Amino acid sequence: MADIIRAGDSGSPITVGVALEGGGWHPAAWREDGAGPETLFTAAYWQGLIDIADEAGLDYATLEDALSTRSAGFGAPDDDPGLRPEIVEGRLDALLTASWLAPRTTRIGLIPTVTTTHTEPFHVATALQTLDHVSEGRAGWQLRISGDAASARAFGRRPAPEIDLADVLAGEPDAGLDALLGDAADVAETARRLWDSWEEDAIIRDVATGRFLDRDRVHHIRFASERFSVIGPSIVPRSPQGQLPVTLLSHSPRVHALAAETADVVFITPENPSPRAGASRGKPVAEIVAEVRAAERAADRAGRGLAPLRIVADLVVALDAPGEAATDRLDRLDDLAGTPFASDARVAAGSPERVADLIGDWLGAGIDGVRLRPLALPHDLTAIAERLLPVLRDRGLAAPGGADPRPLREVFGLASAPNRYAVARAAGDASEEAAA
Amino acid sequence: MTTPDPARRQVHLVAHFPGVNSATVWSDPASGSQIDFASFRHFARTAERGLFDYVFLAEGLRLREHGGRIHDLDVAGRPATLAILAAMASVTRNIGVVGTLTSTFNEPTELARQLATIDHLSGGRVGWNVVTSPDAFHGANFRRGGFLPYAERYTRAEEFVALAKALWDSWEAGAILADREAGRFVDPERVHRVRHRGPQFDVAATSTVPRSPQGYPVIVQAGDSPAGRDFAAANAEIIFSRHTGYADGQQFYRDVKGRLPAAGRDEDSLLILPGASFALGDTDAEARERAREISLAQTSPQTAVAWVEAIWGRALPGLDPDGRLPDAEPGEGEQRQGQVSTRVEDRIARAAELRARAEAERLTVRELVAAETAHHTFVGSPATIAAEIDRYVQGRASDGFVLVPHLTPGGLDEFVDRVVPLLQERGVFRTEYAVDPVTGANPTLRRTLGLPEPQRPDSARYRPEGGPGDASAAESVPEDAAVPEEVPA
Repeated sequence: MADIIRAGDSGSPITVGVALEGGGWHPAAWREDGAGPETLFTAAYWQGLIDIADEAGLDYATLEDALSTRSAGFGAPDDDPGLRPEIVEGRLDALLTASWLAPRTTRIGLIPTVTTTHTEPFHVATALQTLDHVSEGRAGWQLRISGDAASARAFGRRPAPEIDLADVLAGEPDAGLDALLGDAADVAETARRLWDSWEEDAIIRDVATGRFLDRDRVHHIRFASERFSVIGPSIVPRSPQGQLPVTLLSHSPRVHALAAETADVVFITPENPSPRAGASRGKPVAEIVAEVRAAERAADRAGRGLAPLRIVADLVVALDAPGEAATDRLDRLDDLAGTPFASDARVAAGSPERVADLIGDWLGAGIDGVRLRPLALPHDLTAIAERLLPVLRDRGLAAPGGADPRPLREVFGLASAPNRYAVARAAGDASEEAAA
Repeated sequence: MTTPDPARRQVHLVAHFPGVNSATVWSDPASGSQIDFASFRHFARTAERGLFDYVFLAEGLRLREHGGRIHDLDVAGRPATLAILAAMASVTRNIGVVGTLTSTFNEPTELARQLATIDHLSGGRVGWNVVTSPDAFHGANFRRGGFLPYAERYTRAEEFVALAKALWDSWEAGAILADREAGRFVDPERVHRVRHRGPQFDVAATSTVPRSPQGYPVIVQAGDSPAGRDFAAANAEIIFSRHTGYADGQQFYRDVKGRLPAAGRDEDSLLILPGASFALGDTDAEARERAREISLAQTSPQTAVAWVEAIWGRALPGLDPDGRLPDAEPGEGEQRQGQVSTRVEDRIARAAELRARAEAERLTVRELVAAETAHHTFVGSPATIAAEIDRYVQGRASDGFVLVPHLTPGGLDEFVDRVVPLLQERGVFRTEYAVDPVTGANPTLRRTLGLPEPQRPDSARYRPEGGPGDASAAESVPEDAAVPEEVPA
């Protein structure tokens, strides 16, 4: 089945995904009729959400995660921010939730958030490979850094990052942020090497010589930086996609640079007047796209075997319901929360046609897809599936439904990834290090 | 349908997913993928069809090496433990999922939330085999590296478990209000910050995962030394033991269960489950023939040579697998890391012992290695094996077994089809899983195992200061819990 291919510069298919978070992105969403605040920590809740998205033919779902409570925002210096009684606190591990959902879904891509700052790169990489095996090639990774003091204190392994939040929000250079981003780049590089460390045909089962493996096709990765080292190879044989799509959310040129260096997909937050958009505040789509492309030019993506970045715009979505306009619902939820809702992504409240107009404008300005953040769950997810997606399809802004299952890489229009070690070997270079 | 006989001690059965050592036969045409999820689905569902207590997985932290190169003779490569546990729980309804996870290369805050997540998703069916990791060889894959001296691994494990339990206890029952009208989702008064300062961890954390259905995962442990037995008596709920002989098993059983009263526990709060391999046949004679064939398949000529090289600590070029052991003595130096065999304390003594056995039994190198490493715990017809398992359990030589099949993924099929019905006929094995009598929910793993629930803390009992997070409250440790990689035989 044919994709809808944009006429834009990356030539990639348009993607429409959703970002799942707690009871929805509005802090009072859990109080809505139809919400399931008692069930947020059950398999049934997540199964119900993913079924809606999978059956509708949405391309992927990302699952948010963090190592500290929701009261601890990025860069928060307080290592004990406490719990706020009025918001959803507590969450399940995103990667394991995705692992649970994988055998129970058929088509949808599953992209859990996994942080790099306090975790072990070897565990992160091998768990993601396992998700790719379990989902038969539908796994991705939303890479995230933990910039708050509470996460650091909960692990007690490294000091709290010294981040000047004002600088970061203004897009100014910040040594603390740079250290976290540098570490994230190291983790991503380690993961990518581990993912390649078994060549596709490493398992030979050669009874004549008694060999299960061809050990010339399984490689030590010998990653070493000033921060950590990992020798490899992975404990997990090559997964169906080999290289999982790596995604990350960026609000500033500094993070665009990390994306350009290591990711396949970058989520951006255009046209958002809220200060929460940080350095992207108020910037139009085209300006952020230009920033990302500039960051790409500064990184040797082709040399790293990476295709052009897929640029995906985030949008919080609240759709009109029979009997209540989305703007009225937003006002009502804001009253419950006691404060107007603002997110790091723009909030679009209205009819499916109006929201589709906005998405159409953005696609025309150079993005490759949208990631929709439902304001309230399951309400806005159902509305996206039943009412917004059909409009996008009618207008050629989303691929038609009914596609067969396919690797998540293919969904993003990424060619199958060559194995760096196999390439080096084919080039006649026997040295593992040369490939690394 | 037969029903369990209340007068007879009940058998517990665990299904060990075949591992990455020579005990798992890959040369058999029936051997399937060790990594495709279809294999794990088949294995877990077969075990559930057989009404087993849980599926069990070992852990991989680094591919094994031999002589400085990746060991290529055995099955290698497997999934990451936590992710595959979640996926196996997803395709089953009743059976437990238990994984081996090291306390050396994980962090308590993270591992506690991961295990609690699987417990939530599975409705309370997860367990944790607590192990410490042996050496810098594995540490080379981790930020932490191999810095821990041998003795400190246990200090770390002790603190780790205490801290994890404090985190699991930190959300009281009723902490989640979900009160739409009042706008209160959580009651912060009933969520307790955990503070811990000890030699290994200096942590202050508010758990991000509410208390899970079981409270704690079922704690499994494999320690065997006196200190390990004391730890088990105080903390563990399952011992994955190596004592498969009948008399030896009885002695171990008496010893460990005898330590329980001092820890304030009764005999039924700890189950002893030795690892056991098996060879089935229509008759005992046929089973013996199959056992011989399996042993040879587990010991290829190349495997036999590699095993001897590991004992000798060096390459032995020209060693004939159908000939005699080398005349030269093993060298003195350190055993190479990542060897394919278990630790050898005194290699010269071990070599002498092997020579003596080979001579006495007139064994070639390959036959000797097969005799040493590929012994099967149970060999016989279904009736013979069912009777033998029953005898062990009635005789208090074990509470059941962790079965280690030699084939992936179908190695359990025949046992489930042919032996389980005979255990049921004997009235010593369940004929259905026990649903919760009140809610009708599928059973938690603890319920299936018949183990008591951990106490659920309430405000009155909870001591936020000087409480479970205090180093002084740290409990004792898994003593010598090596990754149970080798088949206990």
